[in-house]
Amino acid sequence: MGVVRRGQVLRIVDLEGNQAVDTLFYNADDTHEHYSAQNTIQAQGRIYLTTGSVLLSNRGRPMLRIDDDTCGRHDTLGGACSSESNTVRYALEKRHMHSCRDSFLLALARHDHGMSKRDLPSNINFFMNVPVTPEGGLRFADGISAAGRHVELTALMDTLVLISNCPQLNNPCNAYNPTPIRVMTLGDLTRESA
Amino acid sequence: MTAAPHVVTPLLWEDGIPGGTHWSGVLRRGVTLRLVALADDANVAALFYSREQPLERYNMADTLKAQHTAHLTTGCVCYSDMGRILCSVIADTCGWHDPLCGLTDAQSIAARYGATRFQEERNSRYVSGREAMLVELGKYGLNERDLVANINFFSKVVVDDSGAMRRIAGHARAGQSVELRFEMDTIVLLHAGPHPLDTGTRYAPAGVRLEVRRAPPPAADDVCRVRCPENARGFINTERHL
Repeated sequence: MGVVRRGQVLRIVDLEGNQAVDTLFYNADDTHEHYSAQNTIQAQGRIYLTTGSVLLSNRGRPMLRIDDDTCGRHDTLGGACSSESNTVRYALEKRHMHSCRDSFLLALARHDHGMSKRDLPSNINFFMNVPVTPEGGLRFADGISAAGRHVELTALMDTLVLISNCPQLNNPCNAYNPTPIRVMTLGDLTRESA
Repeated sequence: MTAAPHVVTPLLWEDGIPGGTHWSGVLRRGVTLRLVALADDANVAALFYSREQPLERYNMADTLKAQHTAHLTTGCVCYSDMGRILCSVIADTCGWHDPLCGLTDAQSIAARYGATRFQEERNSRYVSGREAMLVELGKYGLNERDLVANINFFSKVVVDDSGAMRRIAGHARAGQSVELRFEMDTIVLLHAGPHPLDTGTRYAPAGVRLEVRRAPPPAADDVCRVRCPENARGFINTERHL
């Protein structure tokens, strides 16, 4: 969890390929304003994120813009894995495994700004391929990312970033093998002159 | 699509939501809510929260992932974020309900239909989906932190290979219905308003009739329980909780 200032660029690198990076964004000054999958896909008319996508908040305001993307497609619908959804999706005895929602909750508890599970809307899965078929099906398809691919987002407001590098061990989309990512902020292009 | 066979019991009560207005209430485990479209092209935005602990709420992603679907119809269930089932779609004569597209907001309503003010329009003032849900949430001590992705009943949105979304105009017809069976005591929020991808420029949202009946518990061969192994486990989680 960390803050990216307006004008700074957040780069996320998929170091080994096809790693799901579960990510949420909040207005750093008012965390009740956060990334909204629904506002974002409504405005751009499509469900995948790539270069040019503007991430909108639940209040309809631009938060970040994807300015570079060497993967080509990022998921807005799959959400975060959780102990509870693992029991439904895989087996009742899969409850006791690491999950993104648990990681989110621990980060929010440590952050100590009064945030809680109430503040967990549907997240982005960077580098994850979750196609919707014309018949209305939803698949977790083989990834289209690869080692070294990255996405860069320019912050359009001061943004609190919450990331869980997905620890899911039950899904073939990451070859059952969660791998590291690199996260960095670059530049400070508009802050000084703004 | 034909309705799944199920036991029809006498009405407990019925009510209407005029087009453009919103409603909320508590529906207990063991009742059904049938939504009946009163005109073509209806759209009913819906959100569900556990009555016992509203922090447990409908979760779009978990609903889609568990059932490998991007639309809801007979056999589908609405999952909470806790791996449990808030309600099940036990019958549906419309065939496709949109879980992806979210709500209209004040800006999108004004841009499409023109700005309205109570001062001139009185009760005909256009209310957006987001405003409608915030009002109803407030009645339970909830607020925008609790406003998660909703379902749009009666709306069909298809996605092509590039990810582009297209709403199918004319999908819902007057008289079509969808019936939900509640598996937990649930706070239900509804808004009969335009779908966010509706490209029409005339504001004339359809109303909807609510019919509430008692329902027998889901049987071993229940259409929702047997849809997929995931749903069988979802029912086990729900029944353990209760």
